[in-house]
Amino acid sequence: MTPEIATDASEAIPEETFCHLRLYVAGQSPKSLKALTNLKRLCEEHLESRYQIEVIDLADDPKLATEDEIIAIPTLVRKLPEPTRRIIGDLSDAERVIVGLELLRRDD
Amino acid sequence: MENITTQKVRPSGGLNPLPKAPTGIHGLDEVTEGGLPRGRPTLICGPAGCGKTLLGIEFLVRGITECGENGVFLAFEETREDLIANVASLGFDLAQLEAEGKLALDHVNIEPSQIEQSGSWDLEGLFIRLGASIDAVGADRVVIDTIENLFGAFSDTATLRAELRRLFRWLKDRGVTAIITGERGEGSLTRYGIEEYVSDCVIVLDHRVSEETSTRRLRVLKYRGSLHGTNEYPFLIGKGGVSVVPITSLGLEHDVSGETFSMGVDRLDEMLGGQGVLRGSSILVSGTAGTGKSTVAAQFCDAACRRGERALYFAFEESEAQIVRNMGSVGMDLGQWVRQGLLQFKCVRPSLLGLEAHLSSMQDLVAEFEPSVVVIDPISDLLTAGASRDVSAMLTRQVDFLKVRGITALFTSLDQDLQLEQANHQIAALIDVWLLLNTHEFNEERNRSLSVLKARGMAHSNQIREFLLTERGIVLAGAHGRGEVLTGSARLEQEASQRSESDREPGDPDGGDEFSLNVAPSDGVAVAGTR
Repeated sequence: MTPEIATDASEAIPEETFCHLRLYVAGQSPKSLKALTNLKRLCEEHLESRYQIEVIDLADDPKLATEDEIIAIPTLVRKLPEPTRRIIGDLSDAERVIVGLELLRRDD
Repeated sequence: MENITTQKVRPSGGLNPLPKAPTGIHGLDEVTEGGLPRGRPTLICGPAGCGKTLLGIEFLVRGITECGENGVFLAFEETREDLIANVASLGFDLAQLEAEGKLALDHVNIEPSQIEQSGSWDLEGLFIRLGASIDAVGADRVVIDTIENLFGAFSDTATLRAELRRLFRWLKDRGVTAIITGERGEGSLTRYGIEEYVSDCVIVLDHRVSEETSTRRLRVLKYRGSLHGTNEYPFLIGKGGVSVVPITSLGLEHDVSGETFSMGVDRLDEMLGGQGVLRGSSILVSGTAGTGKSTVAAQFCDAACRRGERALYFAFEESEAQIVRNMGSVGMDLGQWVRQGLLQFKCVRPSLLGLEAHLSSMQDLVAEFEPSVVVIDPISDLLTAGASRDVSAMLTRQVDFLKVRGITALFTSLDQDLQLEQANHQIAALIDVWLLLNTHEFNEERNRSLSVLKARGMAHSNQIREFLLTERGIVLAGAHGRGEVLTGSARLEQEASQRSESDREPGDPDGGDEFSLNVAPSDGVAVAGTR
């Protein structure tokens, strides 16, 4: 199941919208570090400075795993704009992340 | 004696028996010879509605209340509130156990539509979550219900399978005794074949309908490193939770009583060695239609109530009013005992409930009323509620249940067809005293007789005696030693001739005077006999 890349502007986040992203990781695992690197790069490319990344290490506060219904690691949650979106994995598949977060591709 | 005890205590006979965690579930510990493998995961699988979740919950609740082992329930299907509400009717107060810090309920909410995947991932979040719950209550037991739901949420099954394998290994490393539930799949035990990862102990549940009666069944498919019962065992879900019905278990370790008491019929007590029956024994009264089985049962209850003991009467054929009225005609006032709260009737059509429901409702009532004697009249009617093999399994369980409590039980059985004979053969082994009632056609009369087919632990009579229903209840006539049973007019004739031979000794206790020829059919039951 390969989703098509969003080219329709109505599905993409408008230029001015601020993006609040939360990345759940477990300690300094390779997958977690890779996910953070990938996420930062993608945000720089597509959102410039209109984003905030909050990294939550479940190893520090296990309760949050229950409260935020996290089972897979790493999990990226787009808190804003609504609705909430979730992507699991180390975010190495950039296209999936762009589709999942509805990031506008400036290059188009 | 010593040897027997040692054999029982040693579970698998090996030098280093596998440590087990008792489930506390009735019968399951017998079937698994001590419980589930301690510190290892056990797979419980079966179709929807077979009782997997309930079995898991009871395993945790019993662990807390009976073994002092706290537990974690990780639910993928039901929410915390649903779980609490669903088992409240079984008397399990999960919210209270949670408040006491002995139980952690965690519902994992999976909404597959929300999850997008990019790159590699693992289930570390679930591990952290479960680990936190285990640490929070100091859990020794974990139930995961039903982890296969994860397959609906993640399309990358290769990763998921690797992670599940890691999860079960992780549970072992943590040393918790775990139950993993799985839904039955087509051609495999579980839909996604997770039995491949949980291989120490596999229990299969089933829920079958045969002859319009549903029976739940349990089977231990595999138990690595341990002996276990290999049969399919019926199990039921009653007021107190799950109860497995092993056909041959329990029962043989209960205390036996040397105390005897009267059956309520003088000469019958004589036939049983003079003292009546032993407390806690099981009595079977069998015979064809109209031989007076119910009257024997009623007299047995009447005698118990006269001693001030409580009696519980399960009637499958007659209503309470009918029984009280009918017994009134043979001089028994059962109504007084009902009013005094010593006698309780439970009249129900056997086809109304399934076998398992019957058994559990009987056990609930027995536990509540605490009778010293119980009558089931007739057990043969239960055959209409299930196949004969199931009935016999259920009766075994019932007999064991009563014996363990020291309750004396009387069962009546209508001997009519072959199927029943088979059931009778199976329960015969459980019965301590077997009274056989019969009718004899002779001299244009139909007369009743009674004999003792077997009586464990008692020097019992080998005689067949005439059994009379009189207005003073059951009377057994004397026997005559002429090589055949004399009943009715033939007996009176014989008695008369014996009397004339013995010069009419005045006070002869076995004289025939008390039974005249005009014994009306409405009279009470009496058994005739001689010394």
